[in-house]
Amino acid sequence: MKPLLIISAGTCGLARGADEIIDAAKEYQRKNRLQKKFDIKITGCHGLCEAEPNVLVRFNGKFIFYQKLKPENVKDIIEETILKGTIIKDFLWFDPKTKEKYEKIDDIPFYQKQHRILLGHNVLIEPKYIKDYLKLGGYSALGKVLKKYRPLDVINMIKKSGLRGRGGAGFLTGKKWEICRKAKGVEKYVICNADEGDPGAYMDRSLLEGSPHGVLEGMIIGAYAIGANKGIIYVRNEYPLAVENLRRALEQAYRKGFLGMDILKSKFNFDIDIVRGAGAFVCGEETALLASIEGEVGRPRSRPPYPAEKGLWNRPTNINNVETWANVPQIVINGANWFSQIGTKGSKGTKIFSLVGKINNTGLVEVPMGITLREIIYDIGGGIPAGKKFKAVQTGGPSGGCIPHSLLDLPIDYEGLTQAGSMMGSGGMIVMDEDTCMVDIARYFLDFTQQESCGKCPSCRLGTKQMVQILSRITEGNGEYRDLELLEEISENIKASSLCGLGQTAANPVLTTIKYFRDEYLAHIKEKRCPALVCKSLISYVIDAELCSGCTVCAKNCPSDAITGEPKGIYTIDQKKCIKCGICLTVCPSKFKAVKKVSPPVK
Amino acid sequence: MKKVENILREHRYQRSRIIQILQDIHVQYNYLPAKVLKYVSKRLKVPLSKIYSLATFYTAFSLKPRGKHLITVCMGTACHVRGATAMLSEFERRLCIKHGETTRDLNYTLETVNCLGCCAIGPIIVYDGKYIGEFKLKDVTKVLQGKL
Repeated sequence: MKPLLIISAGTCGLARGADEIIDAAKEYQRKNRLQKKFDIKITGCHGLCEAEPNVLVRFNGKFIFYQKLKPENVKDIIEETILKGTIIKDFLWFDPKTKEKYEKIDDIPFYQKQHRILLGHNVLIEPKYIKDYLKLGGYSALGKVLKKYRPLDVINMIKKSGLRGRGGAGFLTGKKWEICRKAKGVEKYVICNADEGDPGAYMDRSLLEGSPHGVLEGMIIGAYAIGANKGIIYVRNEYPLAVENLRRALEQAYRKGFLGMDILKSKFNFDIDIVRGAGAFVCGEETALLASIEGEVGRPRSRPPYPAEKGLWNRPTNINNVETWANVPQIVINGANWFSQIGTKGSKGTKIFSLVGKINNTGLVEVPMGITLREIIYDIGGGIPAGKKFKAVQTGGPSGGCIPHSLLDLPIDYEGLTQAGSMMGSGGMIVMDEDTCMVDIARYFLDFTQQESCGKCPSCRLGTKQMVQILSRITEGNGEYRDLELLEEISENIKASSLCGLGQTAANPVLTTIKYFRDEYLAHIKEKRCPALVCKSLISYVIDAELCSGCTVCAKNCPSDAITGEPKGIYTIDQKKCIKCGICLTVCPSKFKAVKKVSPPVK
Repeated sequence: MKKVENILREHRYQRSRIIQILQDIHVQYNYLPAKVLKYVSKRLKVPLSKIYSLATFYTAFSLKPRGKHLITVCMGTACHVRGATAMLSEFERRLCIKHGETTRDLNYTLETVNCLGCCAIGPIIVYDGKYIGEFKLKDVTKVLQGKL
């Protein structure tokens, strides 16, 4: 087989310079007339974001993983590895935990415990063209369904597989389809919810960018099972590359006859439209999403009636998230039993998590349900950088909670996370170390929810605002003991009297941090101290006289002229003038490290 | 108004596509000018109050002209724990505006976004469509001098 240079070019790869790697590779290939010697494939994200920009070199059946490349490295890779077969040690992945270098992608610890049913495709598919997806057996699931199965067979298969919605609540997908199938209505709709709004979650973006046809195929199969002829993908506008790749994939699918009239001569008709979101987090909630597609303000309405009975334009509508749809073709090809063997009793299959924050191997990980947090964070994620201590992991976005060290052996599935006070959500997993202030995190999430609250339910609109005020008060050092009780009381009220998931779960970040990190709240309230040195009002910047060498850099960069001293002497910060911007800390040369943060603040 | 008319035609004058229409207008003008909204209201027979409510509900829309350069600071959780707040306040301090505002000389608009999904390289900002990852406080000056 011809050697192949596979370049990872998802949004984060491009942000780190993958486009320059692509240009350099193409240029070198063209100039040296090497088109016959090797091929270039530009794919979606390979998952290990930490290593971007990265490439895979396929030769002799091996996939060699090269990471953190610069455009000038491309020449070496082509000359040495592709043409001569020598491996360049400098570009190999160095694992922070095992302290070893790895040649083959499959040997890297980050990939070893993963089960990449969906993300695995990203490495092999050039999303610009449909041919790679077809080569991997793409659309054969659709062919099989249209030829051999009745719609009810498909529904039963999905039910049997145990697939649950990957967007948050985890409703059984087959059951949802069945309800929509049975609902009365001439016209029915299927919708793909690609309004991935949870901060810190980007698996849907990666799937849409890297393997858009997988999502389309899932939707077409679902539409056939439900009896819908119209589909809509509601995609977040902040994902320009995903929108572009989706658009192109739609055109290709129409041209090949996978969409449109009489699909694969089965008399089944199905069309898909793309609707771009306009930047409202609440539109990820299904009834708000429907309102937004109808051209209204995206405010949720009460359920029942559920969208499966009365959805878009009051017609039966089935809404599933990107990852759910992408699982469907895999289940059809490999069978319901295959799928239900992966995972735990109540949660089947794999789940993609975005492992981000204070973690060594940042990236997208696809793991079987039931894996423990410890395995994800330490075995796959390689632990916490810079020798810092793990403090908590936040799952489920603004609706989720912070899980402490004591629960690291918790098996991850829908029920397990809910029991811990958090939730699966869309799969964001943000790791926090000792430098993260839990009160500040709670305030951050509440501030988020408060801004994104649509304003329909007073308890959510006003309650979140009050909670932000209380939390801000605490982070500013003006908190009181009764604030904790007050926070809990408001939380209960919002939970009980909000219409949609946004309000009902808004308090989770606060409740879990109070439950597991009460001592941090007390330090803020009682001692006016921020243990993580984050809350601006509770810290001061000081210069350590023993470490300062008088290099003048901090004084030159201080925007408020708060730093004074003699060159070669010792510098001091005037606390009255200091605006706590932190620039002095970042510019102080690392050989001195003389600027420090202290809490409680210097008087 | 020819441009607006073209946009309306592309969307087949469908009232249900009003959000998509506003998005296209926003791309065209870089904001939603009042007189254009009045025109759209008339052509589609949609009350201006409804268009106003959409334009103020969705964060993608601005009713005020925006700056020549757009700086977007990602405030996602991963960026937050890596210090995005400090980056934002530094931009705010240097430009003398709050986020969501435009400088008086219409040179810069400063915005935040909930998450760009580039969490591995946070904190991240976007300057005129260009993603700049692993952003540091001292890079603020470079951005404002057009050196990044």
